[in-house]
Amino acid sequence: MSTATVERPPAAEPARRGRRRLLGALSGIAQVWLLVLLVIAWELVTRAVDDEFFPPPSAILPALRDMWFSGPAGDLFLTEKARADFGPSFRNLFLGWGLAGVIGVAGGVLIGRSRALGHLVEPVLHFLRSVPPPTLIPFLLALLDLGTQMQVATIVFGVVWPVLLNTIDGVRSVDRLQLETARVFGITGWLRMRRVILPSAAPKIFAGLRVSLGFALILMVISELVGAGQGIGAHILLAQQAFEIPQMWGGIVLLGVLGCLFNLVFALVERRALAWHDNARRND
Amino acid sequence: MSENMLEIDGLTHSYGDHTVLEKMSLRVPRGELVSIVGPSGCGKSTLLRCIAGLVRPTGGRVVLDGTAIDGVPDELAVVFQDYSRSLLPWLTVRDNVALPLRRRGGSRAERRAAAEEALTSVGLDGAGRKYPWQLSGGMQQRVSIARALAYRPSLLLMDEPFGSVDAQTREDLEDLVLRVHRDEGMTILLVTHDIDESVYVGDRVVVLGRDPGGVRAELPVHLPAPRDQTTTRAHPDFVSLRTEVSTLVRGAAAPTKTVVHE
Ligand SMILES: Nc1ncnc2c1ncn2[C@@H]1O[C@H](COP(=O)(O)OP(=O)(O)O)[C@@H](O)[C@H]1O
Ligand SMILES: [Mg+2]
Repeated sequence: MSTATVERPPAAEPARRGRRRLLGALSGIAQVWLLVLLVIAWELVTRAVDDEFFPPPSAILPALRDMWFSGPAGDLFLTEKARADFGPSFRNLFLGWGLAGVIGVAGGVLIGRSRALGHLVEPVLHFLRSVPPPTLIPFLLALLDLGTQMQVATIVFGVVWPVLLNTIDGVRSVDRLQLETARVFGITGWLRMRRVILPSAAPKIFAGLRVSLGFALILMVISELVGAGQGIGAHILLAQQAFEIPQMWGGIVLLGVLGCLFNLVFALVERRALAWHDNARRND
Repeated sequence: MSENMLEIDGLTHSYGDHTVLEKMSLRVPRGELVSIVGPSGCGKSTLLRCIAGLVRPTGGRVVLDGTAIDGVPDELAVVFQDYSRSLLPWLTVRDNVALPLRRRGGSRAERRAAAEEALTSVGLDGAGRKYPWQLSGGMQQRVSIARALAYRPSLLLMDEPFGSVDAQTREDLEDLVLRVHRDEGMTILLVTHDIDESVYVGDRVVVLGRDPGGVRAELPVHLPAPRDQTTTRAHPDFVSLRTEVSTLVRGAAAPTKTVVHE
């Protein structure tokens, strides 16, 4: 068939796209400058106050570097201590978050797709979700040994809820016509799950995972503060007890930077995975 | 097996207390192309949804190939009226067309080739790697037609399938449907609001009425084959038929009940 088509895809006009990009760049620059100004203000204020509990960034950063980032180039400049502190922390963080993600998505799919099950467990879910995870640490301490198991369990219990509830919501709000299309064209079972239900729920699942990642970092630190003896949280506690205030602040700053970094990486992955979602919405 | 592909008997459907279709009956012989016209809101989409097994009618039955349908029949494809919502935005155009072919078996490469072939037949060669939201409404509509054609159903339901395409493409697609119908012997029900189109493509035109919805008239179309956009539309029989259908549709738009009461 020859197509003398007069239809044109709805592309944003170049002028508008250009302006959007310019605005994006400007706000990026503004963000960086705000950060720089804050650090300068921090430096000035802490120097003026001159309190040993509030060292200036110019004292914190060298401590940070000496502790963790002055190793050999072959080890990416990481020191022995860096490996000893970061290793357990990251392992707990990603193990806990990963397990919570798997449990949350799998459980959410089951509960969301089965009306009976959903009806049955929903009140329990909302109760469990309302329990502040750190209060479970004493219980988990009694149940599991101090250490990795307890820490991972705390993280899993604390961060599984956003993923679980968002997945339930996501798999329930699949467009009816998309489900009917699947029925008409014989797309059933696992194929339907993989190609229709999960992608449709993906924006909500990702939102849940993102919230969970933030919580996971917090819970990682909290679980390490409870006498774990290793990890970044334990380092902060030990530095404070040893009165090494710049080293303590170094740990705090590191956690802040890590939080931002994780969020950034996650946002990039999410943007790639959900490109269809943003674009489909923009063109509507 | 009955020679009728589709037998609809006393089909009644209500949404709540709003009765859309009432005791409608229709027979469709195997291999026929039936055009369905009627005023908007008379239940055309509801009828197709009942046949597709997506809606369980409140009364009556739909018999397909000799068995009353219960759930979605296997050998059936639908081009939904709301085509853009029925495409999956996270899949490329080609994968949207290829996904239903999974149950037919065959390798991934074969399915992709079949999808590309169907896309070419609707004039979308080269659009396979795009996403539905990158296409205009008319192009999305053609993707949804390609998906149904690639599926090779024995019964094809099309709900106002050419509503968003430009005039030239529309004529091409009408001829494509005629060709598929002729070459593959597919039974086709095509809902349209374009009266000329209903006569041009149909072996028979069924006029539905409103309040209550049901068949008002059935007109066989005897036009010389093969049909051709210029000569067929100029044929005297075509002209008189389209006038007749037009009058019937206008009459069907007026609710019969009201007329009786007056
Ligand atoms: N899911 C639904 N729930 C309630 N009313 C509906 C629903 N679908 C359609 N209707 C109503 O049924 C009537 C017929 O609809 P429809 O079958 O879509 O008509 P058509 O396709 O001929 O325009 C309309 O009045 C419409 O508002
Ligand atoms: Mg309709």
